[in-house]
Amino acid sequence: MGVSERDLPHVGCQFTLNGSAVLLHHDMRTATFELLLSFVHVVMMCSLALFPPPLPGDGENCHYSNDKSNTDPAVWFEDSHALNLYFPRESLKPHSRPESSSKAAFRDHCETLYTRSAGAWRDAGFSGLLNEIANSSAEVPRWLGVISGCALAMLRWVSSFHGSLFPHLTLSSEEMTAEFSQVLHWSDCAVRSFAWHPHTLKCAVALLDDSIKIYNPKSSTTPTLKHRLQRSVAALQWKPLCASALAVACHNCLLVWHVDPTSLSTRPSSGSAQVLSHPGHSPVTSVAWSPSGSLLVSGSPRDTAMLVWDVAVESCVPLHRVGGGGVTCLSWSPDGSRVLAATPSSLFRVWETRMWTCERWPNLKGRCQSGCWSPDGSGLLFTVQGETVIYALSFTDTPGLPLGRSRGPKAAVVVADLSETTLETPGGEITVGGEIQSLVWDPRGERLAVLLKGDAGAGRPGMIAVFKTQINPGFKLLPCGFVQGEDGTEPRLMQFNPNYQHGAQLTVCWSNGKITHVPFYFTSSVHPGPGLGGSPQLPLSSQIRTADYP
Amino acid sequence: MFSEDQNCWFIRKVICWRAVASIAWSVLLLPPTTAAFIFLSRFSLFHPVQWITECLSLLTSASTIFSLILLGGVVLLAGVFNLEYYSVVPSVACSRIALIGQVLHPRQFFHSMVHCILGLVVGWCCAVTIGGRYQALGYPCTNDESGPQTCLNEFHLVLLLAGALMGYRHSLLGVVTNMNYVSFNTVQQYKYLCFKGSLPLVFRASALQGLYSLRNFLLLYFFMGHVPRAWVCRTMDLHINSSDPPLNSVSGLLDLGLLYQLWISGTFLLFTWYINVLLFRIFVTEAYSFPVQPTLTEDPQLCLPEVITSKQPLILKYLSLQDLVLLSQHSPPRRLEVFTLSQPGGHPLTWTAVSRECLSLLTDLTERLVTHHDTVSSNGRAKSKSTGSNTTSTTSSESFSTDPMNTPRPGAVIRTPDSVFLRSSVRAGPCPLTAPFTPDLDSPFSSPALRLLARPLGALGPLSPGYSSIQSPHIMRRGPKLWTASTDSQLNGSPPMSPANVPSLSQMQQKPSFLVTFLQNRKDQVKHFLAKRVLVMYLFNKLPEASSQALFADSQAHIWALEGLSNLVAASYSEDQYGVVQTTLPRILTTMLLLQEAVDRHFKLPHASSKPTRSSCSMGDSSYRTLRFALRATLKTAIYRITATFGEHLNAVQLSSDHRKRLQHFLDYKE
Repeated sequence: MGVSERDLPHVGCQFTLNGSAVLLHHDMRTATFELLLSFVHVVMMCSLALFPPPLPGDGENCHYSNDKSNTDPAVWFEDSHALNLYFPRESLKPHSRPESSSKAAFRDHCETLYTRSAGAWRDAGFSGLLNEIANSSAEVPRWLGVISGCALAMLRWVSSFHGSLFPHLTLSSEEMTAEFSQVLHWSDCAVRSFAWHPHTLKCAVALLDDSIKIYNPKSSTTPTLKHRLQRSVAALQWKPLCASALAVACHNCLLVWHVDPTSLSTRPSSGSAQVLSHPGHSPVTSVAWSPSGSLLVSGSPRDTAMLVWDVAVESCVPLHRVGGGGVTCLSWSPDGSRVLAATPSSLFRVWETRMWTCERWPNLKGRCQSGCWSPDGSGLLFTVQGETVIYALSFTDTPGLPLGRSRGPKAAVVVADLSETTLETPGGEITVGGEIQSLVWDPRGERLAVLLKGDAGAGRPGMIAVFKTQINPGFKLLPCGFVQGEDGTEPRLMQFNPNYQHGAQLTVCWSNGKITHVPFYFTSSVHPGPGLGGSPQLPLSSQIRTADYP
Repeated sequence: MFSEDQNCWFIRKVICWRAVASIAWSVLLLPPTTAAFIFLSRFSLFHPVQWITECLSLLTSASTIFSLILLGGVVLLAGVFNLEYYSVVPSVACSRIALIGQVLHPRQFFHSMVHCILGLVVGWCCAVTIGGRYQALGYPCTNDESGPQTCLNEFHLVLLLAGALMGYRHSLLGVVTNMNYVSFNTVQQYKYLCFKGSLPLVFRASALQGLYSLRNFLLLYFFMGHVPRAWVCRTMDLHINSSDPPLNSVSGLLDLGLLYQLWISGTFLLFTWYINVLLFRIFVTEAYSFPVQPTLTEDPQLCLPEVITSKQPLILKYLSLQDLVLLSQHSPPRRLEVFTLSQPGGHPLTWTAVSRECLSLLTDLTERLVTHHDTVSSNGRAKSKSTGSNTTSTTSSESFSTDPMNTPRPGAVIRTPDSVFLRSSVRAGPCPLTAPFTPDLDSPFSSPALRLLARPLGALGPLSPGYSSIQSPHIMRRGPKLWTASTDSQLNGSPPMSPANVPSLSQMQQKPSFLVTFLQNRKDQVKHFLAKRVLVMYLFNKLPEASSQALFADSQAHIWALEGLSNLVAASYSEDQYGVVQTTLPRILTTMLLLQEAVDRHFKLPHASSKPTRSSCSMGDSSYRTLRFALRATLKTAIYRITATFGEHLNAVQLSSDHRKRLQHFLDYKE
């Protein structure tokens, strides 16, 4: 698709600071940004009013400053357009089949009570069994029916009590996945999840029809992954330091596919998927590989334990902690030292991965909706449901040095305020801002993309706001621009491409099923480290070439 | 002998204290467990107040205190047995007969007997605590003819016997499910949290296993119950009250109260012992931080480079490798110590020692895999043409087993011609009937236990199942060469071998004595005869994929070596100031790629890539069954870690063209 791109010098930037409008000329821009930097740093807060207004018109508008003016989209993928994908919503049939409805349609009701009970036990567990017995009162002895009826009532009472403590437990699995997914309006989204490979140009796309497609611009085959248990995919992630393994968070299990990159098969058999399941651990809404590729953590909003998997051995260590009621969102810091685990209640935890102890962060206004780590693992940005601000935490000490617990920060700092603001555009005033759906930070730590939820009723579509960020010497957040889709579309999901050479590249999945890639060109002093979360940052010495080998 | 002292030091100063701490904790946990047991065993739904007061008074009674002391002794003894019998390398039985051999091994038999008695004691404690009709073995009764006398209380006897059986079953299952195998956790946790996390699992396992052993006990008692009853009556001079119904009948055993008490006491017994095992595992596998470089105050022999090269005890080697991994992952200052040069002298002593040990571990595994693959793929056919007693014995043993796969004990690589030759000539006259039980290292029924049984003590030196290969690197190295000498199939995977020892040995094997050949032929005939019998086949048939499991039984060490090495190499990219790692980089890459090749070939064998079924709820750790998958994944990740860190610079490393091609696949993310 075409991109209409305008150079910033023609547009100019308008900033509103303390009510006074400042119009900047583009020559002055850099200098004033510096000035603004210090200002933001002092106020420690950045608001949407500082943004250049989004432009009207169709196509994405990508505003960014300080870039080399290379607008040729072919550069994105080195002469390959193969990854500009389009999945029309109509072509995908959702897999909307509640287990019971098809059962009623197909199953012969002349089955014996025993068979039905066994089926109910398998499908819905103990309460399903009780329900089955209570419903077939004609076939069971009266006392059994009464007992199971009473037990069922008791169970419901207890679960409603439990549900009043943790309201999310009353949701069905699908609703729960939709609620806690990082994707905006997950349930009717054509693209349910998207994952770039961390090392090579390859991506996996999970679609509404529960299939996963793998695209590789260098290869003509696009393997489609389907599995009996692969339902309502909530998250995808490629294993770091591996070419083939892809973890998929499914309805009631965790699948790890091994897709041979050299294979020409377009439909890998389900035998190449490992099924990792643990009783009580469903639906799985979040997975995260450790950056060293050795461990996988998974979380479910129904399970209070976070599971740490050794995937090859298929064994897991549940890490239980009281409080929270589940785990919704997991994110491993790029240096591998910490894991953010959000819960459905107003509490999140930051685990350190050496001895697996955690810090609690209670007393939020709502649940932690999304979080992202800075590339060096020292800073964490997170957002809270019901609030329109971004908080920052910084972890200064190097973890794991002593065996003791790592000392984290004492309080989170508000670094950006994204509350509703009216911006003037040539086409009229528009309102932007609101609650935040997700945050992503590019692997070099220079751009931060924020997916705003928007409000369909108020005529405020979802939108992506992009910040420039600077981590060293101090954390700074600067407005950069908005990313808008075609008319009537809104962004649903976004991710930075970790293998982009010329700056940062934001992949956005739109509500109409298109996937586009928005490049941000800049030269960066920091090179993302290959492999291990950017630990080796020294420029390569020529030593290695000249060394004498015995 | 020098290292012997070291080992003694480590076992004495660290492992023993850890074991003592674990036993102390399990003894401390006894009172609450006992209290819970009392409450559960005396449970009565309809008299709650009476139940609670009764239990509280019972808790402070003298008999309970005495029981507690007794139980403490039991736990102490069980803990001592844990310490004595634990192993970090699981023993995998390749056939059913090997398993039987393990069970019947004197050492194991002693273990079982002691646990049987301990179970009996716990059963007695339970009976006394429960009280009521279970209180004592005898009770006064009046007979019509002979007046007052002491009668046998069968309920008490049943509890005692159930305890004994559960104790025995615990020990037996320990062999079958490798309960003495201590596996290391994938994630490090504080001991308390680790214990808390596994507590529900232990509880579930003990309740479930209690149920299973109750079922077994009921069956056994139903059919054989009259024997111990009669025996007890005779020895203790007790009488059987004819007015009581005997318990070894359907109506007698279907007493719900009795079943409940049996189950509760069985669960109690298993719970205390499982807690003991769990605590022992947690304490022993706790990471131990070895100093990387000697300081003034400490003995230089206790440093990481020294202990990592030690062969015995295995626990020390494992802990040092684990420490190496933790160091390479989490602590930059300690990494720097590994990369430093010695002062004075300027040699990278630490790095050299560490990398050499890791590489030798990996090379050993490669050779083991190559040997195994070679024997399997050659199927014994090619070798039968060549002369020599060793080949004859191989062929015969293999023709005996229907499955042509060979038994790859980790230690089986000591199958060098001279050893086989030696044995077959020295033990020239084994009875033909015992032939299957002779420790033919090639035969499908060889297992360490069997070998221990059959071999005279000290015949081939200390036999640690995992590390005999490492103990004899010389013999190992030329193993593959000699085996393939006749077929002349040079392995592409095997590294260049030293030809120094080959000629003399091959001369030796040229001329087998006539007697040996004759005996081998006889043995062959006997085996052919036996192979036709169904039961024999059942016992001797190899269990599927056991050979793969056995081959990778000690792979945890290799996994750590791979992880530690690759992490250190990746870190050296930015941290190694003197370039000490660069000199070994070609060797590291070559070794890893060779291993990768061997592992890939191994996984093409039948059964090698089939996943074992997940075991149900038990305390035995079955993670060793999937160690080969973990090794494969770790190996790939390790190579990727190096290629991802160094990237294109690896083109400057000197490698053979094959390896370069292979490495290019990794650089392109095509593996």
